[in-house]
Amino acid sequence: MSILKSREAILALAILALLAVIASRFPAFVSPANLARVLTDTSPLILLALGQMAVILTKCIDLSVAANLALCGMIAALMNGAGVPLPMILLAVVLLGAMLGAVNGLLVWKLGIPSIVVTLGTMTIYRGTIFLLTNGAWINAHQMSAGFKDFPRTVIAGLPVMTWIALAIIGLVAILMGRTPLGRAFYAVGGNAHAAVYTGISVGRTQFAAFVLAGALAGLTGYLWVARYAVAYVDIAGGFELDVVAACVIGGIAIAGGSGSVAGCVMGALFLGIIKNALPVVGISPFWQMAISGAAILIAIAFNATSQRAPGRIILKQAEHRT
Amino acid sequence: MSILGKALTTAAMAGVLMASTAQAEEMRIALVVKALGIGFFEAANKGAEEAAKELGDVKIIYTGPTDTTAEGQIEVINSLIAQKVDAIAVSANDTDALVPTLKKAMDRGITVISWDSGVAPEGRQMQLNPSSSALIGNMIIKLAADNLPEGGDVAVLSATTTSTNQNTWIEEMKKVEGNYPKVKVVGTVYGDDLADKSYREAQGLMQTYPDLKAIIAPTSVGIVAAAQAVTDAGKVGQVNVTGLGLPSEMAGHVKSGASKSFAIWNPIDLGYSATMIAYHLAKGDAKAEPGASIPIGRMGEVKLDDKGEAAMADPFVYDSTNIDQFSSIF
Repeated sequence: MSILKSREAILALAILALLAVIASRFPAFVSPANLARVLTDTSPLILLALGQMAVILTKCIDLSVAANLALCGMIAALMNGAGVPLPMILLAVVLLGAMLGAVNGLLVWKLGIPSIVVTLGTMTIYRGTIFLLTNGAWINAHQMSAGFKDFPRTVIAGLPVMTWIALAIIGLVAILMGRTPLGRAFYAVGGNAHAAVYTGISVGRTQFAAFVLAGALAGLTGYLWVARYAVAYVDIAGGFELDVVAACVIGGIAIAGGSGSVAGCVMGALFLGIIKNALPVVGISPFWQMAISGAAILIAIAFNATSQRAPGRIILKQAEHRT
Repeated sequence: MSILGKALTTAAMAGVLMASTAQAEEMRIALVVKALGIGFFEAANKGAEEAAKELGDVKIIYTGPTDTTAEGQIEVINSLIAQKVDAIAVSANDTDALVPTLKKAMDRGITVISWDSGVAPEGRQMQLNPSSSALIGNMIIKLAADNLPEGGDVAVLSATTTSTNQNTWIEEMKKVEGNYPKVKVVGTVYGDDLADKSYREAQGLMQTYPDLKAIIAPTSVGIVAAAQAVTDAGKVGQVNVTGLGLPSEMAGHVKSGASKSFAIWNPIDLGYSATMIAYHLAKGDAKAEPGASIPIGRMGEVKLDDKGEAAMADPFVYDSTNIDQFSSIF
């Protein structure tokens, strides 16, 4: 447990160091208002990373989250165009996202196909579905109602609704992971699948649940994304699934499954979010930006890997003395 | 066959003969589009009809496949050859695939030009581009300058660092920067044609340059994202978003005031000019050869370059006065 704690401490320090470096070049970045803005901007990444965390904990991976987001976002925009009230839209996108996640989950659970293959396939199918729905047309700002666009940016107690949603989900997922049998099952399945079976946990069913959770969160984020950027088209959030996986890995969620914390996951997303928001203002040539964000990710992961590595156990004392 | 039947047949025959003589006098120009049912091309057809009305003795055959495939267009063009039209003006789904069919058309004496999306030089007499890189480069900075009588800082929000079109336009823009001395281009950022990255880059621009007066985004994803970022930052009226975009995508942002004006080619003018060119070439009063000038009615005239291509005009400017008219078209 002490290793876990120290890993999050290292990540927190890394975030502070990153902020300090940015502040030395662009002091206004660390003003509270701007940090709140960064938190808001990072909310979609946090939401998706929390879902992805559950999936990765069970030794799976979900590459279809961004496509799921795009499809649910488009459906939300289409429903809005048809005059469906906002609460219904919210409910619908969460359910639809969960269903799309369930498709992934069922294929992994019932057919035993590796999750990376399943979600690579569904990723393309979900994007293709958007194209079928719209023939590639965009839904633009003036085709969305004011209420639809304003909900995520309505400011309550200093923060927009979108940020409050992210904070609430962080709390809920933390409770789910730490305090419920399902949450503990995620860890058990990824940590040691055989032991999990002996304790009466169904590996497939747990993985299915993780995919449903990731899907539901992606669906919700789909609405938030479309409302925030006031535009919906086939390619929205293209490549975002890789950011999501990167956020999890930076946050110390082990790709091999079974280990990682909600705090780490959120900080991993924030770390990426801060880099994404800082690069445009610190005056670094755009030609360097991709290399820099890639290097930052690798450094963060290297830190995690070294702190995570278990020291070797000596099983032959005599042999050790001989060398 | 009864007498009545014979009489009817004769009458019908006479009718057919008369109709065909009437057709022979009238020039038939086929406007072949990428696919039917696309607003942009429906608007081009509107322009073609306008040109036909102006010319008087022209009939427009507006046609195209139901989906944007080269095979579909080849079928359509083959049937046009069989109908012996006088001219074909095509916006191609594939640069090379249409060449053999179009060559066959030219062998039969049909005038063939391409417009909007071009065909390889062997397959057409000339290509009409909606505009040229130099005209676009000038237009995007002019749009910013026109709304800044007192001058100020402007920044460019482009697509990716490797987007050929955007890089060419920005380069052309920098060449004419000196003509707009009050406007200072402070930087170029890249939104990678992703809504979220473009949005962040636009936010970054407003933070880095607090006195920023305009964002020029020569990309349809970027201009929409920048307009939304300006709206969310509460800087409508302070920062004007301009560049290249589609009226249907920009309508909301023009109405909110985030974008005072932007530009893109006008499909009506393009269809009009393509018809005019096809008419003059088919009639024989103009020749498609390098350096030649061809009149295009109310649009003035176009001049062919070495590659047999011509640029129609400056990109068309859209603002609050005409956005409603065009946002329903494309």
